[in-house]
Amino acid sequence: MRLTLRVWRQRHTDADGTMSTYEVDGISPDMSFLEMLDTLNEDLILRGEDPVAFDHDCREGICGACSLVINGDAHGPERTTTCQLHMRSFKDGDTIDIEPWRAAAFPVVKDLVVDRSSFDRIIQAGGYISVPTGSAPEAHATPVPKPDADFAFEHAECIGCGACVAACPNGSAMLFTSAKVNHLNVLPQGAPERETRVLDMVGQMDAEGFGGCTLAGECATACPKGIPLPSIAAMNREWLRATRHSRRG
Amino acid sequence: MARIIWDSSVGKKTVMAVSGLVMLLYLVAHMLGNLKIFFGADEFNGYAHWLRTLGEPALHYEWALWGVRVGLLAAVVLHAVSAYQLSRRDIKARPSTYVHKRLRTSYATRTMRWGGVILGLFIVWHLLDLTTLTVNENAQPGHPYENVLATFGTWYGNAIYLVAVLALGFHIRHGFWSAAQTLGVGSATRDRALKAAATALALALTVGFASVPVAVMTGWVS
Repeated sequence: MRLTLRVWRQRHTDADGTMSTYEVDGISPDMSFLEMLDTLNEDLILRGEDPVAFDHDCREGICGACSLVINGDAHGPERTTTCQLHMRSFKDGDTIDIEPWRAAAFPVVKDLVVDRSSFDRIIQAGGYISVPTGSAPEAHATPVPKPDADFAFEHAECIGCGACVAACPNGSAMLFTSAKVNHLNVLPQGAPERETRVLDMVGQMDAEGFGGCTLAGECATACPKGIPLPSIAAMNREWLRATRHSRRG
Repeated sequence: MARIIWDSSVGKKTVMAVSGLVMLLYLVAHMLGNLKIFFGADEFNGYAHWLRTLGEPALHYEWALWGVRVGLLAAVVLHAVSAYQLSRRDIKARPSTYVHKRLRTSYATRTMRWGGVILGLFIVWHLLDLTTLTVNENAQPGHPYENVLATFGTWYGNAIYLVAVLALGFHIRHGFWSAAQTLGVGSATRDRALKAAATALALALTVGFASVPVAVMTGWVS
């Protein structure tokens, strides 16, 4: 396959970026999207040019490191992570636009790499769960109803890639934050900090400069792990409950 | 607690949702009241008079009406201020747009902000037209039926009104559903019903409100 790539190049956070055009040849349809970029970078290095910086780690769709907006879609045309996207999803001769996640809370570090530590700070704001360390607790001591366990697992699937923020017209992190809040708030292990968790995480989300939710639904469409849109309503319910039950003024 | 709500984006959306639902409730009553025009001048004018004597003798003349007006004004102001502040936050959160643009959100979703501005301007015109009668030529105080006919006897009266009513339909289509999500009512099993309810409400209000100018234009009401 022969492809034309238009890639966002930006030297550092404060520099102006532009779309640069590159031609790549000899791409196999069985290559992953990241392997295709590796091919481009090998060419660039041989030509003595600066290779394109992009994030990746496990390349198995589980770590959430890869973060590319491909032809306007976070993670590209398939509902999976960029690393699990293959070149068979494109046609020979295609022009492909590759851009970084765009959000005020995700500043570009270089080219296609963005700083997602705002997500880490939202997680940190959630604090701890009251689980005693030491010997393992008796397995039946804390029963969890099956629907609650399913709900928690559904939200625990979030890998924190940030596609929801990238896809949202408001750069909102509501889907991410709701996944993290719902995952722990539905379980008995997360119950003691139920109110402070949602209040603090939403507070941190606002402080990081993420936008608000206007229910456009783009986040849930982009999410490679299928975190559903109603998760946001579930978090709003938790937040409203916490404002009534909170012991803080 | 008021501080927590107003300072949080989720809380401010709650203010928007509640104030929006208050206005929606009023609009349903307003639309149903408007339909009285199909039963003639006497019934319509009688209804308008009853609105002023509502609550008597416990309340004084027009007290109930003024209570509703104050409540609605508070709802409009809270809705607009929170919308403005939330929109500014949203725009700031996405400073640079994608080079490869894709338009996928629905028309109703995309037009919430400007649609809201159009509705705000319409409310001002509507009050000047049929409450204070400032911009309504040939209007007489105390004759609401005749004043409605005077408004819809002009091409611009019809045009402004119909544009606003369409904007209202789109606004409610996305707004009602959004309010439900913000207030935490939404869930996977309920979302289909909520969307259907939003569409039904939007359609009922648009058709109900539009029926009056259409009836005047076609000569059904005269």
